[in-house]
Amino acid sequence: MSNKKPVMNGAEIFFECLRREGVEHIFGYPGGAVLKIYEHLYDVDFLKHILVRHEQGAVHMAEGYAKASGKVGVVLVTSGPGATNTVTGITDAYMDSIPIVVFTGQVPSHLIGKDAFQEADIVGITRPITKHNFLVRDVRDLASTIKKAFYIAASGKPGPVLVDLPKDVINSKCEFEYPDNVELRGYKPVTVGNQSQIKKAAEMIKQAKRPLLYVGGGVICSNGFAELGILARENKLPVTMTLHGLGSFPMTDELSLGMLGMHGTYWANQAVTNCDVLVSLGARFDDRVTGKVDTFAKDAYKIHVDIDPAAIDKNVYVDLPIVGDVKNVMAELAAEISAPPELDEWWSTINGWKEECPLYYESGDGRLRTEYVLERLLDKTKGNAIVVSDVGQHQMWVTQYYQFVHPRSHITSGGLGTMGFSVPAAIGAHFARPDIPVLSISGDGGFQMNMQELITAAYHKLPIKFIIMNNSFLGMVRQWQELFHAEKYSFTDLSDSNPDFMKVADAFGCAGITTNSPKDVDDVIDQMMAINDRPVVVEFKIVREDMVFPMVPAGGSIGDMIVRRLDPNE
Amino acid sequence: MKRTISVLLENRYGAFNRVSTLFSGKGFNIHSISIGETEMPDIARMTLVTSGDDKMMDQILKQLNRLIDTLKVVDLSRVNTVTRELALISVSYKKGNRAEITSLASMFKGKVVDITNRTITFELTGPPDKIDAAVNMLLPYGIIEVARTGTVALRRGEQVKLTPQQSESKGE
Repeated sequence: MSNKKPVMNGAEIFFECLRREGVEHIFGYPGGAVLKIYEHLYDVDFLKHILVRHEQGAVHMAEGYAKASGKVGVVLVTSGPGATNTVTGITDAYMDSIPIVVFTGQVPSHLIGKDAFQEADIVGITRPITKHNFLVRDVRDLASTIKKAFYIAASGKPGPVLVDLPKDVINSKCEFEYPDNVELRGYKPVTVGNQSQIKKAAEMIKQAKRPLLYVGGGVICSNGFAELGILARENKLPVTMTLHGLGSFPMTDELSLGMLGMHGTYWANQAVTNCDVLVSLGARFDDRVTGKVDTFAKDAYKIHVDIDPAAIDKNVYVDLPIVGDVKNVMAELAAEISAPPELDEWWSTINGWKEECPLYYESGDGRLRTEYVLERLLDKTKGNAIVVSDVGQHQMWVTQYYQFVHPRSHITSGGLGTMGFSVPAAIGAHFARPDIPVLSISGDGGFQMNMQELITAAYHKLPIKFIIMNNSFLGMVRQWQELFHAEKYSFTDLSDSNPDFMKVADAFGCAGITTNSPKDVDDVIDQMMAINDRPVVVEFKIVREDMVFPMVPAGGSIGDMIVRRLDPNE
Repeated sequence: MKRTISVLLENRYGAFNRVSTLFSGKGFNIHSISIGETEMPDIARMTLVTSGDDKMMDQILKQLNRLIDTLKVVDLSRVNTVTRELALISVSYKKGNRAEITSLASMFKGKVVDITNRTITFELTGPPDKIDAAVNMLLPYGIIEVARTGTVALRRGEQVKLTPQQSESKGE
């Protein structure tokens, strides 16, 4: 038997590595520096390449794909502008800890630093926005670098990894060998929580009179839904979730308090403010959650479970840190709590807050509102859909009115707040989960930031529902202008400058439906769900000046919410 | 208060840059950085002098640890260390004060490494505060240029070592 290893060129090695990593989809756009890769892609049959219309779209698709599937999303773009167009998407993935690997072409090694055509120092540019990045300088390092890239992206606290591939590296040949394991001496994520810390945490929860679980995206990254369910249900612990935690625990469950933070529910924020033991599970005490840090869960004993040691004490000082994989830690915590705490009084207080200040929106005046559309969407889908929201008012209403019951059914841009995320991310989510409906929900502003990707969806005949909540305003900015900037609606009114979205739909090969009446909403939803051979753009023309409530003003205490608009007549 | 941190990191392209990018991105202070190869050619040691309250120091250490190219991060402010800096100080002299300047420099154990008919250059080593003192004393005579290496430091006695697993060569 011969032990001779096969000799391959860089492009062949690239695809062989992707095959071994189990990559089935790749989002990309060809160009000069990656021509050799695209030459070989022509004959590759194990993966599907999705041609985007802008490289930012490719990265958001990879993010949507990763969020919906739990797998690593993969992007392939060329050098220079191809690479720099990925920067917003990479930053988004970095802020939201989404595992993606971005392959960028690079000019040949001997031209690096010479201001060559389509040269950009993308490794330098992306250093602060990637978990790690690599410039491959020798084809013999290519396979091991790709292996490391996938490992780093998916392990520990996930994140984006960029691999820069000079043209000559891709063109040269070497013996191919794929390493079985990754050995990175400077990178050893801690996954097992400290036993005595866990015991102490269990003891604190057992003795708590007003405990609260504060659940973040880490629970979804770690697939810890079952463990969270057991921990919460066996002890009847109230659960509040962050934007990225939504879906980790059913919002329809009586233990769920919904989302906390700036536009969280009144009762969730009251519970945080008044709890005596706060258990943070895979959340990072983001400023949109904490509001004014000094008053956030001021009197509570704070337990912080996180896989990232640097998250501990970063924003809020905690009493008991547990570094580890939150899935493992929750399982051990649940096992350790022998007797559930006595919480009847706490629950009656929480339910009092719920009654005191339920979610509310105006209705009955025949005008169409996002909240109503979302309620109808929830009723029609029963939560069996992936909802990919964009950024702004509709995004907050989604968290309030669409009750997520399944993990990975809620996808949005949280940390970076990237308008234009939803359209491409929904396409990525569909490739990950073609078996369930994907609803992209955007405002009219964000929709236009990446609407070129409609053609990508149309070309692949994806039955995605691209919903536009059209108030012809940059609504969230308008809301802040009304509340905090002297009602100067500076450059937020799009009513004279929006395109005709039905013509856009038609031009991009999508079906189009539009309405401005609550009476039509059920019919419109039925119609759009029935279209299965192409995408559909659905425009809901909503009330122009609505605001999202409740709301914590920036820098305010979350116990101190504006619960609804002041009516001048009251 | 100034703090000294010792960082062992991969001696390769971009590793140093990751640290400086981290400091500028996070708004951490840097007073000095010095970096050089260690007894293992694939590992570099960086000595960083920074400042900040305990909370900031905690974040600096954690964020440094988080970088994939860093192998070991030690806060030397918490242990007994030997700290040195090297400086080259070029001073102008006039007729009649050369001996005075030279004798002043020799009080700091400065060594003359260059001399012209107008300038004299000393090499000085020692803890950074000694260099500060020498610079202050020489200032009135007319310092032309100063070049300082920044602090290097090692723990006294016991070494800051990698675990056996970490010191294995990666074969790159």
